[in-house]
Amino acid sequence: MPEKKAPLIHLTKRKVLPWYAAWGIRLAAIVAALIVCAIVTTVTTGLDPLSVYSTMFSGAFGTTRRLWITGKETAILLCISLALTPAFRMWFWNLGGEGQILIGALATAATMILLGTSLPGPALIAVGIIAAIAAGAVWALIPAVFKAKWNTNETLFTLMMNYVATQLVAYYVIVWEVPKGSGTIGIINQKSEAGWLPVIGNRYLLLILVVAVLTVLMYIYLTYSKHGYEISVVGESEATARYVGIKVEKVILRTMLLSGAICGLTGYLMVAGTDHTLTTTLAGGQGFTAVMVAWLAKFNPIGMIFSSLLIAFLSRGSGEISTAFGLNHAFGDILTGIILFFIIGCEFFINYKLNLRGKAPKEPARPAAEKAPAAPEGKEESHV
Amino acid sequence: MQERIPAIELRGITKVFGRIVANDHVNLSIYRGEILALLGENGSGKTTLMNMLSGIYFPDEGQILIDGKEVSISSPREAFAHGIGMIHQHFKLVDVLTATENIILGLKEPGRLDLAAAAKKIRAICDQYGFDVDPNQKIYEMSVSQKQTVEIVKVLYRGADILILDEPTAVLTPQETDRLFAVLRNMRDDGKAIVIITHKMHEVEDLSDRVAVLRHGTYVGDMATKKTNAQEMTDMMVGRTVSLNIDRPTPVNPKPRIVVDGITVKNEEGITMLDDVSFEARTGEVLGIAGISGSGQKELLEAIAGLQPVVSGSIRYVEDDGSTQELIGKDPLQIEQLGVTLSFVPEDRLGMGLVGNMDLSDNMMLRSFREGKSVFTDRKTPHDLAEKVVDELEVSTPGISTPVRRLSGGNVQKVLVGREIASAPTVLLTAYAVRGLDIGASYTIYRLINEQKAKGVAVIYVGEDLDVLLELCDRILVLCGGKVSGILDAPDASKKNEVGLMMTRLGGGADHA
Repeated sequence: MPEKKAPLIHLTKRKVLPWYAAWGIRLAAIVAALIVCAIVTTVTTGLDPLSVYSTMFSGAFGTTRRLWITGKETAILLCISLALTPAFRMWFWNLGGEGQILIGALATAATMILLGTSLPGPALIAVGIIAAIAAGAVWALIPAVFKAKWNTNETLFTLMMNYVATQLVAYYVIVWEVPKGSGTIGIINQKSEAGWLPVIGNRYLLLILVVAVLTVLMYIYLTYSKHGYEISVVGESEATARYVGIKVEKVILRTMLLSGAICGLTGYLMVAGTDHTLTTTLAGGQGFTAVMVAWLAKFNPIGMIFSSLLIAFLSRGSGEISTAFGLNHAFGDILTGIILFFIIGCEFFINYKLNLRGKAPKEPARPAAEKAPAAPEGKEESHV
Repeated sequence: MQERIPAIELRGITKVFGRIVANDHVNLSIYRGEILALLGENGSGKTTLMNMLSGIYFPDEGQILIDGKEVSISSPREAFAHGIGMIHQHFKLVDVLTATENIILGLKEPGRLDLAAAAKKIRAICDQYGFDVDPNQKIYEMSVSQKQTVEIVKVLYRGADILILDEPTAVLTPQETDRLFAVLRNMRDDGKAIVIITHKMHEVEDLSDRVAVLRHGTYVGDMATKKTNAQEMTDMMVGRTVSLNIDRPTPVNPKPRIVVDGITVKNEEGITMLDDVSFEARTGEVLGIAGISGSGQKELLEAIAGLQPVVSGSIRYVEDDGSTQELIGKDPLQIEQLGVTLSFVPEDRLGMGLVGNMDLSDNMMLRSFREGKSVFTDRKTPHDLAEKVVDELEVSTPGISTPVRRLSGGNVQKVLVGREIASAPTVLLTAYAVRGLDIGASYTIYRLINEQKAKGVAVIYVGEDLDVLLELCDRILVLCGGKVSGILDAPDASKKNEVGLMMTRLGGGADHA
């Protein structure tokens, strides 16, 4: 039949795939990503891709110390993602993670510097935690109030709040700089360690435990609590929420308070737990990376454990190959980009199937016995 | 008739979406100079089939022949090249452009853009078939029926001689429908092939020359309209015999339940949507609300439900003992806390009544999730309710945990109505409860409404199909441009024209839907 011309690519929506097939596609995507990365590596650098991969892996997991650092980075990233998730579930785009972390960190540093000599250790930690949580919450509440009252654009508002927070931190870094003229704060309370979180076992263990508990709590909150249910309803449809008597404004404010509070807590954990100093680059873009972590896991806190681990691994691994092979740091980012592209892109193939020209779509849809006589033109039946 | 070559012949067309077989080896012929009514319940695959003709979907299997030659239609542009034009249920027009600009949008004609010449050509088309449209009028100034006219002229302008109309009368008044049908007959007599998708039997009988019936994605058969009747067509669509009579039991001891007194409602732009509206809804009675779409029906129901701010007037709820409660100024939660069980089936089911991405059980929970002191939600009760609704209302769904947006329109409505009546309401507000529903589902809804009426519930039924309103309701209030145009105390089929005129009588505002 010469006149009939099927489109070159014809998409059909799949039936719901069984979980193993979906994971098979995801695995295939990772393999494909590694192959593409290998080609790019060989063509552009002439290096053996396998040794690049093994260096990446050892950079992230090679030694106990590296393992702990990767664990720490995963935990921090996961903590920020957990903070953003309630807002995202409400379709409120909180891009102000950076600012909320910084302001929480600033509050922590303030308590450590100003109260470091006057308060006993446990009280100082308690005050620090409260101050950081309150600061982060307020920072998130401001755009939420404007959104709830006047329906301003939360994306821009939260984004702008980041710059305000950064400048505030820059100001106080100068106020509190040690030594004078250095432009940095240095390690806060280095001798007394006042306000520092205690070390149990490894210096990152406490952080990881806190985030682990938070993950479980957040999962329960979002999945089983009345608040979590209200968040989902407001996110899906404000009209429906009003129709059943949910006070949309109240839910927006409450959820952003929670989101900002956890960002503030992250700031606390970074200053009092790991870094013991305050800089304007403390959050280092992780407030934005966490957006991707949360999306990758479809806003499921348990899934975010894996997506944050993946991102932390890629970031540590690509850092390692730049130093080990003397490559520009950008090269690691290229590989990270390729891998993420494949991982995100494969979701499309889980939902849709491509039918190429010349091959009849195969979906039998009904038991084969019921099928009508084969198409007269002798189309080829292809089964993937 | 048999020796004619069909304008379009479909052979063995199959289209599968995921696990749903929308069309299963469908054969269908469409002839020139003939109006074909395509019938079928919701989800029977009518729109899918027509979308394959208009290039929106591509068939998974089968052949399309135009004038005896096999073709492939993989885009709307190719459909136009074959002379196929489709008028969709939801208009695809740019509001701020004029009729002419919308009509030529996307056309790549050589040379300079000549709007005047295009307008002239449009006028010629309008004169030929009897359309009433001003080429230079902006879309946002037009009534729904004028917008539809623009859509039809658009496809004619592109040279379509095979027209497909997807439920064109759903948004029209009886008078507008008559005008549309006159135009369609003109086009048929001009040798065009016309396919009309509709649910309304009297329209099929009135307009079409031939009917074709689809059921569950398969082709059941076709016949000349003259040789069949509504009962036979319905039975073919549903696959069993259904009764086409709507019961109207006599109200038992009606007493005032909701007393609306002189309410005025303005929308966000300050335009008056309801103007000094007064009426009462009584227990054990179905009060119908008729009117052209946008005459204030939505605002009226939302005002009663506590979702719409009211400028002036009062809405009182009358308890059984005669004491009254003012509802104005209270939100849905406060109304609920007064002990008033008010159920509301809104027009926009997935946008307001339900959450499309949530499953049946979570949607049942919308009304009940606050119950109990625990911070956690009770999932068992809504789950049981969902099972009960699925069972009693015969909701066809893969399971309780299926997101409701995956269900067909009729099943979505059954879920919503099932939840709303589960709370044993004293007042039931319904807006376009059977819009987009097929016959089987519609009759289920009528039955449920009558059951509520028998329980003494005050039912307010906003409808668009006058035949149904006149058969189902005990009284009918007609709205026109936000004002009460009249209240009909004893409706019956003979009053149809009277109601139709009341819908437009106040003129002016009524044309701007």
